[in-house]
Amino acid sequence: MEYSFLNDLPKVVWMLIGIAGFLAVIGLMLVVIDIPRTRRDRWQAALFLAPALILLVGGVVYPVLRTTMLSFFDRSGTEFVGLTNYLWMFQRPEILLVLRNTLLWVVFAPALATAVGLLYAILIDRSRFESIAKSLVFMPMAISLVGASIIWRFVFAYRPADQEQYGLFNQIVVWLGGEPQLWLLNQPLNTFLLILVLIWVQAGFAMVVMSAAIKAIPSEIIEAARIDGAGAWQLFARITLPSVWPTLLVVLITITVQTLKVFDIVRTMTGGNYGTSVIANEMYSQAFQQGQVGQGSALAVFLFVLVIPLVIVQIRRTRKARELA
Amino acid sequence: MTPTTTPTAQAPARTREPDGGAAARVRRRLSGSPAGIAAIVIAVLWTVPTAGLLVSSFRPAEQIRTTGWWTFFASPEVTLDNYRDVLFGSSSDGQLATHFVNSFVITLPSTVFVLVIAALAAYALSWIDFRGRDWIFLGIFALQIVPLQMSLVPLLSFFSQGVSLGEVQILPAWELNGAMAFTNVWVAHTIFGLPLGIFLLHNFISQLPSTLFEAARVDGAGHGTIFLRIVLPLITPALVSLGIFQFLWVWNDLLVALIFTGGDNATAPLTVRLAELAGTRGEAWHRLTAGAFVSMVVPLMVFFLLQRYFVRGLLAGSVKG
Repeated sequence: MEYSFLNDLPKVVWMLIGIAGFLAVIGLMLVVIDIPRTRRDRWQAALFLAPALILLVGGVVYPVLRTTMLSFFDRSGTEFVGLTNYLWMFQRPEILLVLRNTLLWVVFAPALATAVGLLYAILIDRSRFESIAKSLVFMPMAISLVGASIIWRFVFAYRPADQEQYGLFNQIVVWLGGEPQLWLLNQPLNTFLLILVLIWVQAGFAMVVMSAAIKAIPSEIIEAARIDGAGAWQLFARITLPSVWPTLLVVLITITVQTLKVFDIVRTMTGGNYGTSVIANEMYSQAFQQGQVGQGSALAVFLFVLVIPLVIVQIRRTRKARELA
Repeated sequence: MTPTTTPTAQAPARTREPDGGAAARVRRRLSGSPAGIAAIVIAVLWTVPTAGLLVSSFRPAEQIRTTGWWTFFASPEVTLDNYRDVLFGSSSDGQLATHFVNSFVITLPSTVFVLVIAALAAYALSWIDFRGRDWIFLGIFALQIVPLQMSLVPLLSFFSQGVSLGEVQILPAWELNGAMAFTNVWVAHTIFGLPLGIFLLHNFISQLPSTLFEAARVDGAGHGTIFLRIVLPLITPALVSLGIFQFLWVWNDLLVALIFTGGDNATAPLTVRLAELAGTRGEAWHRLTAGAFVSMVVPLMVFFLLQRYFVRGLLAGSVKG
């Protein structure tokens, strides 16, 4: 069937109706709110907050309670099974592999992405091409993880040794005199190659934030150190690193939280096969593909528990930074 | 802490140059060169994969299948066939034009809804006096940490089965068909965008000068008027920042769309269809390369045109939050 825009027209119309209807309702609300001359702040606040609170209570607060409850029930959510789903998580070898993979992601992706970002931010700081250099590394942030995964699948593409390679990685291996590899099938190397994709995406974020932190270091301090004869390494270790340390931690934690929830890369690169699955991907396949709602919910709760301490640390740090400011 | 300090940051370097003398300049250049090389290596590593895919997407299918994209520069041959195939061809080729429309239909409302609802809530939490205000703000702030995965199962069952308490059906199932099926995705994306949205806009709105509001109230303006006439115009930069974020996040999302469109071809956005093509036709590189770029065109345009706002939002969101 050839493509015709006419088939898609109803969608666009519905979109316009949706946006227009929404804006009309909100506009009307804002007008009505001002009609009674007696000002009852509480009721007006309630109206202003109602859309957000209804959505958040119905879409986040209630689901958190409900998912937690479901994690103690069987696959259909009718029979109470206690901790069975959690025991399943820590006993099945394939789920233990998933947990190990998630650990590998969390150990390597945030640290390496932040390290590359910081290094690059220092290298290009005050150079003539700073803004172009920043754009190049920052660009992967804008594209989808699905797009990024396709880019890297192409880099890892494999052809048998007797054919010409079109994957850059294997071509380099061949140029160096090696045998082309099925990179995404080789365990546990494939997990590291998937991690590489996230590093590629997140380094730009780390770079931009660290660059701002570096620029916030007073130039007098750097000048003084230079006059005292500090070399590049000393400058980095004694001045730059201590000054940007709080920001560095925030970046690390932010990327770690992102890493724990990583789904798209695994889904698009390997579909979670060949021993590359992670918690977020396993949750999807349990709950939505295999109909194991109880086990999927248990995985989601576990993910939540892993995220909580990181965020608490971050909130604490933020509050401390505000008090100092 | 603005990210766009490039010109001012360069100034000291430039003024320092003359009094350094020739010897100092030579030394600086020498000590700078390994650093320069390292920077170039990183920049190349970060750019080449994308460039390779872009080059490939314009090569004839036969050549993509048999030779590496780097051989293109020896014998350049350009075609738009891959794009035509994957955009307008049969649905088994991808027919991404439909999914391109779907991505827009999903993304625009999800962005507008979050901006408006978050701005309303942020205004109330900043400038309307009522008891429990701080607690509500703290609660919304805390919701930022809840992973999406916690919401998916209950939210999906809400759309498909409604809400029932025991035997009593309180809210009916939505059962939206055809174009209206998008409503589920809009609601889901709006919900997931709200906590960060309210937080960012609250930071901004609460810093507006209070004299502004006092003067308006003396003149007899109510909260509705103040919000529309005074607050909205003043927070435009913050709205643009948040808008870009929400837009890119929804456009690039896979998980929410996968679940709330059910992967249906009539409603699935580009990401869902592309992930599917990558899975089933992992070797059809002429379609995948062109398809990947179709999905990247919009975010890259947003990125290059509005990079400044994007970075500003990033800094506000990560460094402060």
